[in-house]
Amino acid sequence: MAVAIDRRPPKAKKTSSKITKSGQPTKAGPRLKRHFARQWQLWVMLAPAIGFTAVFAYGPMYGIQLAFREFDFSKGITGGDWVGLKYFIKFFESPQFWTLMSNTLTISLSTLVFGFVAPIGLAILINQVLSRRRKRFTQTATYLPHFISIVVIVGMLQVFLSPSTGLITRFLENFGITGINFLGDTNTFVPVYVISEVWQHCGWNSIIYLAALASVDTQLYEAAKIDGANRFQVIRHIDFPALVPTMVILLILNMGGVLNAGFEKIFLMQNTLNLPVSEVISTYVYKIGILGSQFSYSTAIGLFNTAINFTFLVITNQIAKRVSNTSLW
Amino acid sequence: MNMFKKLRYSTPSDVVFTLLVSVVLIVIVFVTLYPIYFVMIASVSSPQLVQSGAVSFIPRGINWFGYEQIFADARIWNGYRNTIVYTVLGTCVNMVVTIPAAYALSRRDFAARRPLMLFFAFTMFFSGGLIPTYMLYKEVGLLNNMWVFILPGALNVYNLIIARAFYEHSLPQELHEAATLDGANDFQFFFKIAIPLSKAILSVIMLYYIVAHWNDFFTGLIFIRDYDKQPLQIVLRDILISNSAFAGGAGGAGGTGGGYGQQFADQIKYGVIVVSTLPVIILYPFLQKYFEKGVMIGSVKG
Repeated sequence: MAVAIDRRPPKAKKTSSKITKSGQPTKAGPRLKRHFARQWQLWVMLAPAIGFTAVFAYGPMYGIQLAFREFDFSKGITGGDWVGLKYFIKFFESPQFWTLMSNTLTISLSTLVFGFVAPIGLAILINQVLSRRRKRFTQTATYLPHFISIVVIVGMLQVFLSPSTGLITRFLENFGITGINFLGDTNTFVPVYVISEVWQHCGWNSIIYLAALASVDTQLYEAAKIDGANRFQVIRHIDFPALVPTMVILLILNMGGVLNAGFEKIFLMQNTLNLPVSEVISTYVYKIGILGSQFSYSTAIGLFNTAINFTFLVITNQIAKRVSNTSLW
Repeated sequence: MNMFKKLRYSTPSDVVFTLLVSVVLIVIVFVTLYPIYFVMIASVSSPQLVQSGAVSFIPRGINWFGYEQIFADARIWNGYRNTIVYTVLGTCVNMVVTIPAAYALSRRDFAARRPLMLFFAFTMFFSGGLIPTYMLYKEVGLLNNMWVFILPGALNVYNLIIARAFYEHSLPQELHEAATLDGANDFQFFFKIAIPLSKAILSVIMLYYIVAHWNDFFTGLIFIRDYDKQPLQIVLRDILISNSAFAGGAGGAGGTGGGYGQQFADQIKYGVIVVSTLPVIILYPFLQKYFEKGVMIGSVKG
């Protein structure tokens, strides 16, 4: 501030002209006009972002009405006859409904549980490493898989798990686990999916917890040591409680995707043998919508999926607000 | 770090604990890195030795057949070229859209910032879904059009929030007040002060966008029909997962099951994984601190 005041005299003219400029519209009318007069440049900076979001994020929301209409090629998205909940009822009554729901929930909930717990454990472990260099190395190594594309991950799974010749298949033979086609077996599909998910993202997701641990007051550790706490007790009574707020926020965010079993990875891992457990809502929507051109029906299923997710997000947020005073909004 | 020195634990149970932690972490690091390392050595080893399990830590029976096949295959290089074009163009658009918006939203004196933040954040949790999106793209002519890789994803809300948090916490409000008193308008402040002071966050956001474009598989799958417009990830899918035949005849649908063709198909796969992932793996250790920074900034609730 001091600097600014010192410099004021030579620039006095400019400053005063700005005041009159922005002052003028006050006479002309409401606050809105004055706001635009003063901050139109900020609006210009926001314009592209608002435009793209309006078109590409809100635009499709306008098309959701397709779920309640009979799609007609000649009449476009909004022209078809209103059929209300017909397609939702069709979905609830279809034989696929329970299979899709249970497959989706099985995959997403097991990913949620293991994908949630593993990074917390890893962060606590890494935080125990006292040598800075070893800590860095561990972090660098465990973050790496996060940047490998899903296609390559699934490609690696296929080669490593290929019956009889794959790296992992051969390794497991040492323990008497033989003759399993991991990607083609309905019992192993979900474990393979979840383990590879944890393998890929556990390190990366631990960063946020490491940041929380780094901000713990070191006096707490000193006090604990004086009180004779061992390292396990320090973890339990200092480190873990420090992570709780972060855990709550991430849990809420994850619950917002409870029906979002990752489309790309599941789609790539699918084959005719594992389809009974690997067909989830998103892959089904793709197949009947994009490939099968049943536009209204697949829009309805997609909307059902989004609505459930959104509901879970709101409910979790409310519960978290009550229980721990941490929430998204 | 010296604070930790003071805290050295030396009771027997603590020593055992330290040992246990080290062992577990060594196992975790090994399990993380070994598969990637194995792919690299397998790509240059004799396929027979790889299949029989004779290759574990050093490449054996050095053999470049896989790479010869890959370099002779036009699909991969076409995909590579497309991905580079989409990544460069896309990232430029991303930056132009994201950064000024993030700055504007960070200004506490900007009256519309809360409602606008809600406008953006809502799209993270609610979307039109696949089919309405597809219909919209069809209507605006983005189907089978290379711009579908660039325009619809121009703004990533997570990145917007990270950049905004950075500006909120690292650009002191006084700086803006001082500049205003000196007669700078918002554009001048943004270009002459905010941008030069935010190189760190610009690199973070840019890297996030680059990686996202590089690994984008979904867009090509759903919205592109012509093979010559497909990005690298779709070509990779065809080679790695759909087992489509290779120029040299190796590969195929695995009809020869475990025989000559299958062995070479696997070697080609290892090679393709290396060729497509190498740029990321080579650059990664140098850029890692930036990636990490992004998560740290983003975690500051703003």
